[in-house]
Amino acid sequence: MYKIAVVGDRDSIYGFAALGLDIYDITDEENIGKKFKSIADSKYSVIYITEELAAKLEKEIDSYKDAEIPAIIPIPGIKGNNGIGISNVKKFVEKAVGSDIIFND
Amino acid sequence: MASTQVNPTRMELTRLKKKLITAKRGHKLLKDKRDELMRQFLDLVRENKALREKVEKGIEQANKNFVMAKAGMEEQMVTASLLAPKQEVTLEVSKKNVMSVNLPVFDYQTRTSDNNDIYSYGFAFTSGDLDYAVKYLADILPDMLRLAECEKSCQLMANEIEKTRRRVNALEHIMIPQTQESIKYITMKLDENERSTQTRLMKVKDMMLKQAHNY
Repeated sequence: MYKIAVVGDRDSIYGFAALGLDIYDITDEENIGKKFKSIADSKYSVIYITEELAAKLEKEIDSYKDAEIPAIIPIPGIKGNNGIGISNVKKFVEKAVGSDIIFND
Repeated sequence: MASTQVNPTRMELTRLKKKLITAKRGHKLLKDKRDELMRQFLDLVRENKALREKVEKGIEQANKNFVMAKAGMEEQMVTASLLAPKQEVTLEVSKKNVMSVNLPVFDYQTRTSDNNDIYSYGFAFTSGDLDYAVKYLADILPDMLRLAECEKSCQLMANEIEKTRRRVNALEHIMIPQTQESIKYITMKLDENERSTQTRLMKVKDMMLKQAHNY
């Protein structure tokens, strides 16, 4: 039995608490990388992370790319969208196909 | 073949021929695997793109409403309203095997079946914008889960496609030509040996005849 976590700054994520997802505001922690890892290694199979924070934790997120769980999904925060989410998908296409054939419109 | 030395023996020739057959078979199988993975990947990635656009729009909408709600109420009230959620979401994870790639499948259950349990507060002292914000998020949640599933699958499949493509290329451009080259080299060497033995024998025969009968 797994749960869903939402990680990011408080203002962007507190709404998800109402739906019954677990929210973690780790933006003020000293060692966000370590904190994030401890969340990712616990009972969560899906972790939504704000794009702003995802940019800072690129290395940590990358270390889970071969694992089936957790799925770490960037979502836009309250400050808007910096395009990490969609550029990730682009990267998958480039990796698999060799060049970007989906997003070049 | 220049790079590696092979023994021009019959045993080596048989071994290489077997190796070539296996390599060709493997190449064909891996190529099929790559093509099928690619087909499924492209479908999935298109869905992924559409879902992501939808989810990002939904969250943006919800965030707008949250900002409005915050403007209309005291911040402590907003925090307090969402402090004790009634609803809880749990996930069941199963696996789907696509071309030997294990993809996760998420099934989610809510603790209570009542849709209104997402509102964990009384309506008397909260702004209507908060209700909308929570509603938007709740509406987008199934899509978010599907997005998680989709995006993870895309990631895993992209890795596998890359790996498979490398294998196909290595077989096609290195393994198979090299083995063919070796086989050719051994065959020619063996033929050459045979011819030289033949001529030697003929020569020896001539010499022996000359010695015996003084031709």
